[in-house]
Amino acid sequence: MINLKDITKIYKTGKIEFKALKGVSLNVDKGDFLSIIGPSGSGKSTFMNIIGCLDVPTDGEYYFEDTDISKYSKNALAEIRNKKIGFIFQKFNLLTKLSAFENVELPLIYRGVDTKKRHKKVKKALENVGLYKHKDHKPTELSGGQQQRVAIARALVAKPPLILADEPTGNLDSKSEEEVMDIIKNLHRKGSTIVLITHDLEVAKNADRMISIKDGMIYDERMK
Amino acid sequence: MDVKMVLKLAFKGIIANKMRTFLTMLGIIIGVSAVIILVALAQGTTQSVTESIESMGTNLITVTITGRGTDTTLSYDEVMKFSEKEGVSGISPVVSGNVTAKYGNNSTSVSLEGVDSNYETVRNHSVQTGRFIKNLDVEYRNKIVILGTEVVDEIFNGINPVGKDLQINGTKFKVVGVLEKKGSSMGGSNDEKILTPISTAQRFLKSTGVKNFYIQAKSSDEVEIVENQTEISLLKKFENDDDSYRIFNQSEMLSTMDDVTKNMTLMLGGIAAISLLVGGIGIMNIMLVSVTERTKEIGIRKAIGAKRKDILNQFLLESAVISGLGGIVGILTGIGGSSLLTVLVGLNTSISITILIISFGFSLVVGVFFGMYPANKASKLEPVDALRFE
Ligand SMILES: Nc1ncnc2c1ncn2[C@@H]1O[C@H](COP(=O)(O)OP(=O)(O)OP(=O)(O)O)[C@@H](O)[C@H]1O
Ligand SMILES: [Mg+2]
Repeated sequence: MINLKDITKIYKTGKIEFKALKGVSLNVDKGDFLSIIGPSGSGKSTFMNIIGCLDVPTDGEYYFEDTDISKYSKNALAEIRNKKIGFIFQKFNLLTKLSAFENVELPLIYRGVDTKKRHKKVKKALENVGLYKHKDHKPTELSGGQQQRVAIARALVAKPPLILADEPTGNLDSKSEEEVMDIIKNLHRKGSTIVLITHDLEVAKNADRMISIKDGMIYDERMK
Repeated sequence: MDVKMVLKLAFKGIIANKMRTFLTMLGIIIGVSAVIILVALAQGTTQSVTESIESMGTNLITVTITGRGTDTTLSYDEVMKFSEKEGVSGISPVVSGNVTAKYGNNSTSVSLEGVDSNYETVRNHSVQTGRFIKNLDVEYRNKIVILGTEVVDEIFNGINPVGKDLQINGTKFKVVGVLEKKGSSMGGSNDEKILTPISTAQRFLKSTGVKNFYIQAKSSDEVEIVENQTEISLLKKFENDDDSYRIFNQSEMLSTMDDVTKNMTLMLGGIAAISLLVGGIGIMNIMLVSVTERTKEIGIRKAIGAKRKDILNQFLLESAVISGLGGIVGILTGIGGSSLLTVLVGLNTSISITILIISFGFSLVVGVFFGMYPANKASKLEPVDALRFE
């Protein structure tokens, strides 16, 4: 499904260069459930931004469904994000001025889905995370766990083949954490490809494959 | 992404910041309403002046004799000779002087104009009650007068003057009619005068010469011919001294007037347009703040697949909606303000659809133009950078 070869990422702050990723290669097959674990500052988010086409690598090749997208334009990358990837962030990243329903609706709007279909899909996605009755609430009127479930609904509403989650439980209490992880495991069971980033070993153990990153390099990989 | 959705998003952004949006709009509102009110004033003035010039009569040529040496007037017969010329449909000589008119205890100083029956058609000024001066009145030097409405208001206190006796410089005149109200034109009020048969005036004012007369041409095409002929005759009479008379052509007056008011409209409209521009800069200012404030939002939108174009459209539309709404409110304020000026201050205003469309369009253009830079800035944000923003 995705194939990254020798990815490096160098951040430049003034004259100082910082190598956040030092040649990382990764292959994720369709239907995989993969977790990336590592200490703070090891380059996990940097890596995920590149996998998620939010950022481009300084060097290396990135094949998405067998096409090289390393040299894609910003618009083409936006289209991949819209059609192929669902994001779940640590800080939920919902639009505070929109209701739960409208937040979930947004990816479909940018995709150009017509109103009737859109509403049907949003309803289904919200029902999936058990929040349809909260559809008119603003994010501030929801608990952290509920907000993250809305964010999950937004990530999966367009049925993207790949779901990226960056510390999805990082801001949640243990009960909400369990709920969110259950939803994610369920998604995997239904066939979604999932890449989960965390520094929590217990959370990482949910995945079939676990990759450890340190100082911008993969130093360990184990199967469940 | 469809237009309806973009509009909805734009409105949401606007509603979320009601007060700020209103203050931003205020610049546009003031700009648009200023354009409308000032242009309405300019056009209203033009219209009323034009109307009053036209109300003097159509195809009119006004001749004023200033004279040369002792020869300061034309005789009545000399003037009447002009009526034989080609293209002339009527001549109206005027002999005038200042007199004091008195009725009961009220008196006023007013201009007495001796005219004949032609005056009514040539000057297009007839009576509202009573009758006009007839040829017989001129023949018999009847001591009758026709009053302008302001004279009636000043000394008759609501009494119907027709049939009453009026003292003019101590001599008794019978009032036979009241002129229609005309309002004022370039030469001052048309209603503050008393008309009397020209023969009566000649004797009464002890001046037989005519200093003023009006010539009416048969059609507007013939005005110039008549004017030239008149000029030739007068040059001959005053031995080629073209300072001894003045000839006004009504259409020349109108076109001069037109030039003046066009410039005035442009100038006032221009000043107001500048305030619209200032309003536009206000929009740019607010939209820039808004882009910074909403960096995170932009990042989220981009992460879930918004393209550059989508973000650009969203911000452009927001500023267009702000300025468009401001334009609509400004138009309403402008219309209201103009009618208030007319009702309360009595100024002439005239609002044309054209200026409404132009000022609304201009406000939209201002919004889009000044929204362009902030929108472009927003659309160019990198998704990672925007997401990291707190
Ligand atoms: N935009 C940037 N400019 C410069 N340095 C950066 C930038 N983004 C990240 N870094 C640096 O790159 C390194 C990796 O950052 P990254 O955010 O990927 O870590 P992480 O593994 O996600 O950590 P955490 O668990 O705390 O989220 C860090 O040392 C960080 O300081
Ligand atoms: Mg991180």
